[in-house]
This record gives sequence, C-alpha cells and structure tokens, in this order.
Amino acid sequence: MTVQEDYQPVFTGRVLEELQTVLQRYPNKQAALLPALWLAQREHGWISDRIMAEVAEVLGLTPAYVKGVVTFYTMYHQHPVGKNFVQVCTTSPCNICGAEEVLKALLAQSGAGDAGATSPDGKWTIVEVECLGACGFATPVLVNDDFVENVTPDKVADLVRKYR
Amino acid sequence: MGYPHKSHPKETVVLSQYFGDADARTFKGWTKRGGYEALAQSLKLDPVAVTDVVKESGLRGRGGAGFPTGLKWSFMPKEKKRPHYLCVNADESEPGTFKDREIMRWTPHALLEGTAIAAHAIRAEVAYIYIRGEFTEPWTIMERALAEANAADVFGDITIHLHRGAGAYICGEETALMNSIEGKRGNPRIKPPFPAAAGLFGLPTTINNVETLAAVPHIIKRGAAWYKALSLSNPKSTGTKLFSVCGHVQRPGNYEVTMGFPLKDLLYDMCGGPPPGRTFKACIPGGSSVPILTREETDACLLDYEGVVASGSMLGSGGVIVFDDSADMVYQIMRLARFYAHESCAQCTQCREGTAWTTKIMERILAGQGKPTDLDLLLDLSENMTGKTICVLSDSCAAPIVSGIKKFRGEFEAYLAGKRQPVMVG
Repeated sequence: MTVQEDYQPVFTGRVLEELQTVLQRYPNKQAALLPALWLAQREHGWISDRIMAEVAEVLGLTPAYVKGVVTFYTMYHQHPVGKNFVQVCTTSPCNICGAEEVLKALLAQSGAGDAGATSPDGKWTIVEVECLGACGFATPVLVNDDFVENVTPDKVADLVRKYR
Repeated sequence: MGYPHKSHPKETVVLSQYFGDADARTFKGWTKRGGYEALAQSLKLDPVAVTDVVKESGLRGRGGAGFPTGLKWSFMPKEKKRPHYLCVNADESEPGTFKDREIMRWTPHALLEGTAIAAHAIRAEVAYIYIRGEFTEPWTIMERALAEANAADVFGDITIHLHRGAGAYICGEETALMNSIEGKRGNPRIKPPFPAAAGLFGLPTTINNVETLAAVPHIIKRGAAWYKALSLSNPKSTGTKLFSVCGHVQRPGNYEVTMGFPLKDLLYDMCGGPPPGRTFKACIPGGSSVPILTREETDACLLDYEGVVASGSMLGSGGVIVFDDSADMVYQIMRLARFYAHESCAQCTQCREGTAWTTKIMERILAGQGKPTDLDLLLDLSENMTGKTICVLSDSCAAPIVSGIKKFRGEFEAYLAGKRQPVMVG
C-alpha cells in the first residue's frame, strides 16, 4: 500500500533541542532510539520509512536497524492512524468482564468498522490490544494519551461524542 | 483497597497508605508525611549497611520471582571498577496485575526514594525507571515528581532517568528490559552472564520491581525487625504485599495484606465475593503466568511464596484473576495463550511456534473442530515449551494450559464431543 506522506524533517529547531536533552541521559546515541521514535511519532503522527531514515541519520544507525526496532514494538504506528487512536484491552481479565462487547460498540458507534481500520472521516482507528495493566478497571480504553477506566458498552456513546 | 480508596479493616496498610490522597503525590506533601527521611538516613550509611538491613528484613522481589532483594544487591561487585546501574522495572504488563501502576499514580516519591536508596546500596550513579508505554498517566506523574525531587536536590550524587517503553510485554523480562533501554529489540539475553556481572550497557546492574523498591524506605525507617514481624507465620515470606484482584468479584482493586493472608478472606471479605447469584469457579493467584487453582484449592490457599506453591500455583506478581461459573475456561485459556503468542519475541522455536500452535489448537476446539488427540497434543507441546527457552514466557503460556486441562478437562471434552455450542473465534 502506498501512503501519501507530507514529509518534513522532524529533528530541527525545538525538537532537535529536545533530542539533545534526551541524548544526555544515555552513554551512547543508540540508547536514545526509543525516545527519539516517540518524539518523531509525536511530531509526524506515525513512523514512516523516511522518518526511520532520519532517525537513523541523527543517531548514527542504519535505517534497517531502526526498522528492526520499530517493528518489534507495538506502539509505533507503521502507517497513518485516525485522529483518535483507541486501544481496547481484551485480554482474559477484561474479557470476562465484557471487553469484547466494548470493542464491538466502539467499532460500530465510531464508524471505524473493523479493528485496525481507520474510519472514512479519518477520525477513528480502533485496535484490540493485549493487557493494558488496569485489570481492576475493566474495561480500560486508551484514547490517544487519555486512559479511560471502567468502560462498559453503555458508556461508549458518551466516549465517542467526547472525542469526535 | 477497593475504589473509591478506602482500606478494609483486615488490610495492613503500608505501601497503600496514601493511595487516593492527591497531596501525597507532591514533594511537599510527601516530605510532610516523613518522605525522603529514609533516603537521608541511608545516604549517611555505608552501602553494605543499607544492604544488610534489607537482607535482614527478608524482603523478596515483588515482580514475580520472589528473589531475596538484599541478596541480589550483594551480588554487585564489592570493589567498584566500572560504572554500576540500577534498573527499575515499571513495565507492569502481566495480565491481572495493576499494583505498580497504582504506586506510581499515588506515591511516585515512594518509588523515587526507594530507587535512590537502592542505587546507593549498589553504588550506582545512574538509575533508569522503565515505564511501559501505555502508562501515560503514571508517566506524567512520575515525570513531575522527579522534577520536584531534583529541584529539591535530595538524591545526592545519584541521577534518576525515566525511560518509556513502546508496547512489548517481554520487556518486563529483566535482560529484555536492558536491551530495550539500549535502543534494541526487546529480546531476552542468555544467562549467564547475570546482570550483576554484565547488565545494562554490559556493566554491573541490579534490577528491581516498583513494589519492591517502594517497600525499601519503610524498612530503612522502621527497621528490619518491624518488617519481618509483619509476616503471619512464615519467616521466609515477610512484610506486606499488594494483591491486585480483578475479574469476577464485586469490589476489584489493590488490597495490601501481610504475607500468609488467606486468599479466601481476600476474595470474600475484601472483594465482596462473586457477583450476585454466581459462584467462584477458578482463580489465578499470581498473574496469568501461573497455574490455575480450582475453587477448593483457592479456599485453602495462603498468600505467601511458599503457601501458594503448596496450593499448586505460584505467588508471582500478586495479580489475582477470578473466574465465576459463567466463565468459559477453554475460551479464557485460549485468550491467555493468544496473549503469549502475541508477546513472544520469537527468538526461541519452542516459544514462537508453541505459543501460536497451542492458541490455534484451542481456537479449533472452541470452533467445534477439535480432534480427539488435541488435548494430548496440547500437553505434549506444553512440555516442550517448559524449561527449554531463554526466558520463561514460553513456560508462562504452558502453565495455564496444563493446569487448565488438568482441572477443567470436562469443559474441553464437552467441546470435543460436540456437547457445547461452538464459539466463533475472532
């Protein structure tokens, strides 16, 4: 799939300064890879091949090495996602408390359709994830950086309204 | 305590004393409550003396392995020739466990204080707190607390950094976590060498869990004897432990009890028992990686390292997952296997293939397409997944499968015999 990408270098000006601060925390540049990717994702929205090449360049790594790391972790988006990126936990503890119903309600009411797909209006990407570490608050849902606890199917309408 | 935060009379509240108290989150509020006194006290002591107090207290690792904390610290080189590191494991991802999240949300300074004391004890100048990527709120709170503590200059020569994970359960494995800090894929390393010899950046490193370190300031301040006396009966398991209870109980939450506390009392008295009209069927007492207990085993189980082993499982991280009679054990065990299949780093064949294959077999059993030989096949695979890989992720997948088939075989056989409505597995 070819994705239209409006690429601007990420590590310039203020973001480059942020990276310099991050680099001071580690004895070598490679160790700043995860934080650098977080910065890049914050700025660009996702981690494209060009972003990987740029990260590789600033940290003295190869693009192939960076790609190997990016693909290992689930939280770096390897394709563009909707304005609201929603992670729904459906692992056993939440599963027995009705997490799959929450997921279904979110997919239907947001218009995202299928898990992992983005809604036609570009507003929603909803994914099923494994354990979010908040099992006593079933079902936890992570909307971008907002951690929403105790979501039940009847609360989904309000949640969708809030972020639309 | 359950939610809203209110402790139960049977709890022994040490780590959770300030859960729900927003003022305790601030540096000012924390020092007002006696915070950072233990650190000031420790920094005046020789590192060996600090380690000895922790050794004497009997504190054991709260991340799952239960290794004696003071002993672990004493493995660090006596003569410091190269930099030493401390890693703090805040990658809490074990299904059923949500205690470290609560510690970081409500008492970030307790963790920072414990971290600095441990760093002093192992003569590390730098500590990295590795927080899982999904913990956005704990991250923000920890970041603010660290900035406040740094501004007050309480850490002496010790520097603490936060490092954010990016979504990988396996990074909770100690050497995978170190690789992840180094900017690598989170693959566990072959041991030996153990971290105390060659850990982060190849240098002597100690790694401790959040809850372990949060207990350290209390031990320093109130003494090893006080901590030891908190055990109900067993001198090998001392102090208090946070148990995260989730699933089919009326009041889920983090409950702090002394080691040796009856699991039955935790589930019925504190958590209010099963939802109305239901009965308990099964319980996983230590996070998803440990064997499943039946209701009878649960009723007789004492919550300390040895007690849970005697009941046929393990204390693990203290993540208690409760299933009532409405739960489909075959489906839930399949979900657990799927979790491990998703999280396998794929280095070892037994794990990469085994986690995916066992998931697939259980999916077909659920779909009504299981074969008569499938249960034997699952057990055979599980045997090959146990004790044969670099880390224990593969073993963790096998534990619920083996115990599940042993204890709930009838549920599997009902699907195989076509006596149960097949389930659409998505």
